[in-house]
Amino acid sequence: MGRSSSDRIEKGDAPSARPPRPGISWVWVPLLPFFLFAIAFLLVPSISIVYRSFQGPQGQFTFGNFVELFQRSDLIRAYRNSLSISFITAIAGGVFGFLLVYAVILGGLPRGLRVFLMTFSGVASNFAGVPLAFAFISTLGRVGLLTSLLSSVLGFDLYRSGFSIYNIWGLSLVYMYFQFPLMVLVMAPALDGLRREWREASQILGATGPAYWRYVALPVLLPSILGAMILLFGNSFGAYATAYAFTGSNLSLVTIAISAQIRGDVLYNPGLGNALAFGMVIVMGVTMLGYSYMQRKASRWLR
Amino acid sequence: MRRAGVWAWLLFGLGMIYFFLPLIASFLFSLRKLQDRLSFEAYRLVFSDPGFAYSFGSSLRWAAFTIVISLLLVVPTVYWVHLRAPRFRPIVEFITLMPFVVPAVVLAFGLIRAYARPPLMLTSSPAILVGAYVVLSLPYMFRAVDNGLRAIDVRTLTEAAQSLGAGWVTVLWRVIFPNLRVALLSGMFLTFAIVVGEYTFAALLAWPAFGPYVVLTFQSKAYEAVALSTLSFGLTWASIGVIQWLGRGGPGQAQVAGAR
Repeated sequence: MGRSSSDRIEKGDAPSARPPRPGISWVWVPLLPFFLFAIAFLLVPSISIVYRSFQGPQGQFTFGNFVELFQRSDLIRAYRNSLSISFITAIAGGVFGFLLVYAVILGGLPRGLRVFLMTFSGVASNFAGVPLAFAFISTLGRVGLLTSLLSSVLGFDLYRSGFSIYNIWGLSLVYMYFQFPLMVLVMAPALDGLRREWREASQILGATGPAYWRYVALPVLLPSILGAMILLFGNSFGAYATAYAFTGSNLSLVTIAISAQIRGDVLYNPGLGNALAFGMVIVMGVTMLGYSYMQRKASRWLR
Repeated sequence: MRRAGVWAWLLFGLGMIYFFLPLIASFLFSLRKLQDRLSFEAYRLVFSDPGFAYSFGSSLRWAAFTIVISLLLVVPTVYWVHLRAPRFRPIVEFITLMPFVVPAVVLAFGLIRAYARPPLMLTSSPAILVGAYVVLSLPYMFRAVDNGLRAIDVRTLTEAAQSLGAGWVTVLWRVIFPNLRVALLSGMFLTFAIVVGEYTFAALLAWPAFGPYVVLTFQSKAYEAVALSTLSFGLTWASIGVIQWLGRGGPGQAQVAGAR
């Protein structure tokens, strides 16, 4: 064979059986079906959204759709609601999920509970959409189990007290069901990566528990925690099925506004729907950039 | 190891109550179809409804198509990336992560706008739904296949097969596929769980499926709809249980987000 090592590195991680041929590389050809699929089902629809959000009713170039987007109070409210729910559930789900996974991994609970929690988190983070909405309606809806239990046993009428599950706070409570298990799944490897030597070393140097957390554990974990919360934010920002099955189109969210536009041109302007969708892609794109940035920072300490 | 504090138990208990209460509540709710006693009447009615068999059958069909196409698309691609084209890994991985960036509603919107008029009238063919589901399955399939290929010596297996006279198709079908059995099965079950319960694409692209059927049922028959969603949860649970059982001993995979 007699090929130089620099040639090997260029071609991949190991030598190929065939002698190198001069000319253009055809190595991408077997990847063609995959790329064609991605073009047809991801690139074309995305470009269509971007392109048409700059298109006026007569097909001319315009920024008008975005100008209109910022003037429509209903659409601004939809964005505000979506962002609020995502923010609330990212923070609450993040904090609760972190405490829970901390309790199970470092809090000294029996090891069996850890396996249990991880399995259930795997199920719960996938248990979303229609069944989740109905599970909560059966629990905390007007005739739900918990609602009727409270009124029959304690004589406390939940809905008389101003509580409703059909608003932003109620929906946040529902979203928590897939948010905190996701936090558990994402944070578990990070907590496992906290090495015992670090705690021991800081103790030998005289650090107390809080000092260890303040100066060692938290700085190491912070990028992972923030990254996971950003992921949670995006996770609920794009959610649709749960919210729709739950409130119909009563609650104003961006995803529900877009779906209403698909079911019938309710905005009376096709370009506006595209601008709405484009705005969503931008928010998600920024979210994912933030996530990958945090992941890079986190990987410095955690393996 | 330190002893568990009260707060740790308290948190865990709280988490478990929050986790199980809605499940118990929806199961009990589904048993109250007959007002005076608990019964499986709602389940009996659900199973005797022809709409159930039709929509569930449709979802099974979409799931089967999705799994086959996703496997045919992902396995050769990731195999080739491992074998010869490692520099394409970032772009391939990036594409498989797109479902987390483009929400289902947005993708459905884009697909309808792009393919609802000539030259490509894809919206009148179920290909558009299956294509959307394949996009949805990419992150899980890619992760599963990638992990599977990491665990075997791709190059040695390929070259051994080739020196015995195997062509590319034989290598993939008779050497790589069988070695990836466990990885592929977990990818398939996850895809199955996601597609069968999926609502967004099926409803917005207007194809019959289990998810939209459940929502439609809820409008007139609440007990039956909750019975259906309890069944659907059981199905998800079983699928994930199978995955966990298949993957025992292997590296844990954290699944990031399913169909919301």
